[in-house]
Amino acid sequence: MMQQWNAAVPDEDKPSEKARAIRARQRAIGRELRRMYDDVAHEPVPDEFMDLLKQIDQAAAAGKKS
Amino acid sequence: MPAPGPVSQTGKPETPDFKSELLSLVPFLRAFARSLTGNPEAADDLAQETLVKAWANRTSFVPGTNLKAWLFTILRNQFYSDRRRAWRQAPWDQDAAEAIPGASGGQFHAAELSDMVRALRRLSDEQREALILVGAGGFSYEDAAAICKCAIGTVKSRVARARKTLIDILDGAERLDDTDRPAEGEAARDIMAQLDKLSAGDPSKKRGG
Repeated sequence: MMQQWNAAVPDEDKPSEKARAIRARQRAIGRELRRMYDDVAHEPVPDEFMDLLKQIDQAAAAGKKS
Repeated sequence: MPAPGPVSQTGKPETPDFKSELLSLVPFLRAFARSLTGNPEAADDLAQETLVKAWANRTSFVPGTNLKAWLFTILRNQFYSDRRRAWRQAPWDQDAAEAIPGASGGQFHAAELSDMVRALRRLSDEQREALILVGAGGFSYEDAAAICKCAIGTVKSRVARARKTLIDILDGAERLDDTDRPAEGEAARDIMAQLDKLSAGDPSKKRGG
């Protein structure tokens, strides 16, 4: 793994420092991605989803009766 | 009066539990759909289609297995099949995409976010979805592989390549001493809005014409 990341940076620089910087970058990117995802996941579920599930309920009930 | 009890006359698991589980997973379906479509309305349509499909196919879900992964698989399949159909029919509506509030390029207020969005845009679908499932959705490589219908090793390499591509792009555009600057909540929402626009209007992908 490390070699893969190191390959992206010049050899003459201190590899451990570069690698650390890249790992920090990776973590920052990970945080951004999670935040984007979590922001949506934490939104209240729109009414249309509840309506849809209600319709599913009714369809299920109708199916049982017939 | 409908028959009470946890099991229906057919012996299938009765619906309330399954339905409430579906409901509890809607937020994640929306988040995944948003990351795939980059468009809030298209994402919610996709998430709703997924619910309908999941319900119609509920008897094929094996209780005790990962319902979230099962739903994500349905959603992903639906996404790609919808998109193939849409591409045959019409190009994306650029005007509609640009009409999304907050999606205007003029509202970028952090160069780094813009770079981030550009970097994400350059990932392949396969890399982006793998990165989102593992990096944001919290799925194991194994579950992500099942969702994407590929080998675990393939997911690992897609995630690794996605990360490497992002870093290569971002490091090319920025100095490393910017590394630890995090995106705060408001900025992240802006990223999402920018993603909405970019993925809806990406000419290299959607307008091959």
